[in-house]
Amino acid sequence: MTQPNPTPGVASGDRTGRFVVQPNGHKTPLSPHMGIWRWHVTMAASILFRATLIAASVGLVFIVAWLGALAFGPEAYETALALAGSPLGLFVGFGLTAVLFSFILNGARHTINDTGNGLTIKSATALSNIAVWAPVPLAILFWVVLFAVGRVSL
Amino acid sequence: MVQLSLPRGSKPTKGKVHKAAPGSKDVKTYKVYRYDPEVDADPRWDTFEVPTGDHGPMLLDALIHIKNEIDPTLSFRRSCREGICGSCSMNIDGRNTLACTKGWDECQSHNITIAPLPHQPVIKDLVTDLSLFYAQYDSIQPYLQSDEPDPEQERLQTPAEREKLDGLYECILCACCSTSCPSYWWNQEEYLGPAALLQSYRWISDSRDDATQKRLDDLEDPFKLYRCHTIMNCAQVCPKGLNPAKAIAETKKLMVAPSRKKQAA
Repeated sequence: MTQPNPTPGVASGDRTGRFVVQPNGHKTPLSPHMGIWRWHVTMAASILFRATLIAASVGLVFIVAWLGALAFGPEAYETALALAGSPLGLFVGFGLTAVLFSFILNGARHTINDTGNGLTIKSATALSNIAVWAPVPLAILFWVVLFAVGRVSL
Repeated sequence: MVQLSLPRGSKPTKGKVHKAAPGSKDVKTYKVYRYDPEVDADPRWDTFEVPTGDHGPMLLDALIHIKNEIDPTLSFRRSCREGICGSCSMNIDGRNTLACTKGWDECQSHNITIAPLPHQPVIKDLVTDLSLFYAQYDSIQPYLQSDEPDPEQERLQTPAEREKLDGLYECILCACCSTSCPSYWWNQEEYLGPAALLQSYRWISDSRDDATQKRLDDLEDPFKLYRCHTIMNCAQVCPKGLNPAKAIAETKKLMVAPSRKKQAA
């Protein structure tokens, strides 16, 4: 079944025929959307999930670089470790950990939703609040533990 | 396609300010989207200062007051004024709702923004072109399809079967949900949107309907159904308190149900 095409249009770039050239010579305007919308945390969680996916893709580059250094030999690997242990490296590592927690929590939220659960306004708001606010505290906890057990030091 | 800002020619400019008479009490400010293709080159935001004592309790009362007393050129749809026709759906104070059931004292801001339903072509002022929305509703075949011959009397359902339609049949097709959905904003030519999918599930859930598998087959598409990412704007804005996101999730579950797989095999 193809999507319906209600009326033929004259404006270019529109397959639905709704954007036509008007008496003033201009194309039918599009009504405001992002600029007027009053956000709710469920919408923020969804957009954050997309941003997380992009950030995780950047993180993959670092992992590939780390594996590449391993392949290049002990010296290159030592350099990679030194970079990862530098303040900037640790900051990036912290950011990627937060991204990972965000990814896991949002993924869990979607998995719950896909079973048909957590879809009342109240429960969706609660799940989204967790997915939005919990990643940074979890990442802090993760790094505090790493420092406490001596796996990482400045 | 994701388009975060409005295209050229759609960005509203600053419009006229209609001040309240000096000494007026309890004045509310309404920032109203205006566009007349016969007169205006671009849309604009007009500001109306209105004493709340001059009109009734609902936003629709305020709009009718503005049209009758301040600017008769203001265009908006309205009919039943009791939340059953769905005509006066628009974006008020940042959320889609019906102007006739939304009280001005319920709005969070003192300056209340009134705009057409988001991300739709504007015909005039608060009136948008909903032809695609209606065509999408039409495409889900919103009527009973039974293999049984027409009965002498009505087709019977048990109370439990009838109960399954609660929360589905009450939709008034106001388009508040579909035009609140960012997935629909970016993909409305391909994604059917919450309203059409809620109605699709309404017929899928109907014990008297025998076209369930055909209805599910029609939704087997990367866009029509699966663009729902449970953003939940639809359930938050529905003026009838319905939950299209839940209906969509239930439809997705049916898509992968073992009984359906067996039938396909």
